[in-house]
Amino acid sequence: MAKKQNPDMNDPQDKMEETEEGTVLFNVPFPRDLKHLKDMSPIIIKQPYEIIYIHSYGQDSPFFAALANKRLISTKCPKCGYTYGTPRLHCMRCGAECDWFELPQEAKIHTFTICHFGSQAFLSQCPFILILVEWEGVNTLFLSRLVGADPAKASLEWVGRKVKARFVRNSKFAPTDVYFVFAD
Amino acid sequence: MRPVYMVSGGISKFAKARPDRTFQAIVKESFDYAMKDAPDLTLDMIDASVASYFSDHFTRQLMAGIMCQDYLGLCPKPSRRVEGGGATGGLCFQSAWEMVASGRADVCIAYGFETMSHVNTWKGNEFIAHASDVSFDYPVGGFYSGYYAMMVVRHMQEFGTTPEQLAAVSVKNHCNAFHNPYAQKRMRLTIEDVRRSPMVAWPLTRLDICVMSDGAACCVLASEEMAKKLTDRPVYVRGVGAGTDAMRMADRPRDDVILLPTEKKSDYKGLKYPGVHSFRAGRTASKLAYKHAKITDPLKEIDFVELHDAYTSSEIQTYEDMGLCKYGEGGKFATSGATFMPNIDYGLKFPDKKKVGAIPVNPSGGLIACGHPVGATGLMQAVFAFWQLQGSVKKHLKDDTIQVKDAKVGAIHSHAGTGTYVTVSILERGF
Repeated sequence: MAKKQNPDMNDPQDKMEETEEGTVLFNVPFPRDLKHLKDMSPIIIKQPYEIIYIHSYGQDSPFFAALANKRLISTKCPKCGYTYGTPRLHCMRCGAECDWFELPQEAKIHTFTICHFGSQAFLSQCPFILILVEWEGVNTLFLSRLVGADPAKASLEWVGRKVKARFVRNSKFAPTDVYFVFAD
Repeated sequence: MRPVYMVSGGISKFAKARPDRTFQAIVKESFDYAMKDAPDLTLDMIDASVASYFSDHFTRQLMAGIMCQDYLGLCPKPSRRVEGGGATGGLCFQSAWEMVASGRADVCIAYGFETMSHVNTWKGNEFIAHASDVSFDYPVGGFYSGYYAMMVVRHMQEFGTTPEQLAAVSVKNHCNAFHNPYAQKRMRLTIEDVRRSPMVAWPLTRLDICVMSDGAACCVLASEEMAKKLTDRPVYVRGVGAGTDAMRMADRPRDDVILLPTEKKSDYKGLKYPGVHSFRAGRTASKLAYKHAKITDPLKEIDFVELHDAYTSSEIQTYEDMGLCKYGEGGKFATSGATFMPNIDYGLKFPDKKKVGAIPVNPSGGLIACGHPVGATGLMQAVFAFWQLQGSVKKHLKDDTIQVKDAKVGAIHSHAGTGTYVTVSILERGF
């Protein structure tokens, strides 16, 4: 490479490399008088943003392993006896470390809703039914889907109805590996 | 702790989208309004600030707080960002209160914003739903309107609340906002309009639910000495309270009601509390704020409330948490007229005319009509309450229809989904 004569002179080769992907707008309007710039409309551009997370279920992992084996498990506090419908390794009441136990696959609906709209990730599934599942003798609840019920027939009579657990054949290691259907 | 006063406030016009300004410049609009309304206040008199915005996802900008701080010309003064979902604004207000009450600052600014128009509504729903457990809740169908719908279904089951009672809240708040130029949705509706609007999450329709918004708000808090210098119409922050509950709704206990002084254990025989029908955080925040403000009967001692009505249902649930009526009576209370402005014709009939306007709730129009730019919302409530207590609604809104006559004490209530963080602050006319 030839050495520059004058170190302060620009080399015509020194250019930011440019690419041609994306939307290109030619000839952006610009006023002669800079005082008109305050009347300029805002420039609005699209910026994509995508991320893959490495999400660990950590201490909750046994719950997802159980779902893959078509079993429902949760935790119970050995110290104060509080029983959880959604597992947590440490008791919310007394702080003791909980033990795992198996939940029955029959339960009842504590409350529900029909989602006719939703987040982008679930839009294609609308309308879908969310329920909070309640077990006899278990102190807290579990969020799940109710499948097979007619969304057009939603009524308060669904509250308290018996449901039973079903599992997807191919586990996705998500809480939706289990869902519920009416059992009565 | 020393006494703290609010001396000024400002709000940007809430709108579906504000592409003409970046978030810093929208905050600046609300800040400039507050500065202009307290003409003796200069930048060098401000000791500190607290910034409020909810979602890094919506902004796609971390540390947006400091970008407001530098845009407002407040560097190198101390500042911090607070965050707690929908209650971010309320938490910010109380953080600024603590700065002044503790003596760390004589004048502290609380500013907040949210710019939610940068993504589509369904993507926004996703961002908001990320404020639910991403292991157990979000993947099941994360949708906040769905979560609140499940809560109100249980409220209906437990207490006999009806969708028409929810709709009355929507009629009230949209109609109040008709007189509030800051509001995003100013509409005169009927109960039927609300029920016939598209179903979002049964039984909540589109008109039962607040909308996403771009906006900012700013409050100026000051010590007694500075308040006297800055305004002849200060508002005293008489009490603050806050509470929390478990993130997962499924984890909420079913125990005994946390009682207010006006209630007895025998009022709630057999009621499992809070379950998913009530907000333990809202009750705790109210109880602490009332204790601090020495309020024993909120219905009699408070003249109006600006509360977090992200859903018509949560307004009704909050009447109960705040002790405006007993648990279970929220639906009836909503249609009693007590929470309506006595001077506005809503096209509704109330059973007892004498009870109408007993305690107007959300005279501004609330979140449902004003919009809910999350980080600004709790501060917007403080500004509207401040104007009410100053008696300056006409000056700021160019319309005094929603001025609560002779308002001396007001409460503001800020709430994070699904009842996880709640703040209540009691404001009182200070002149």
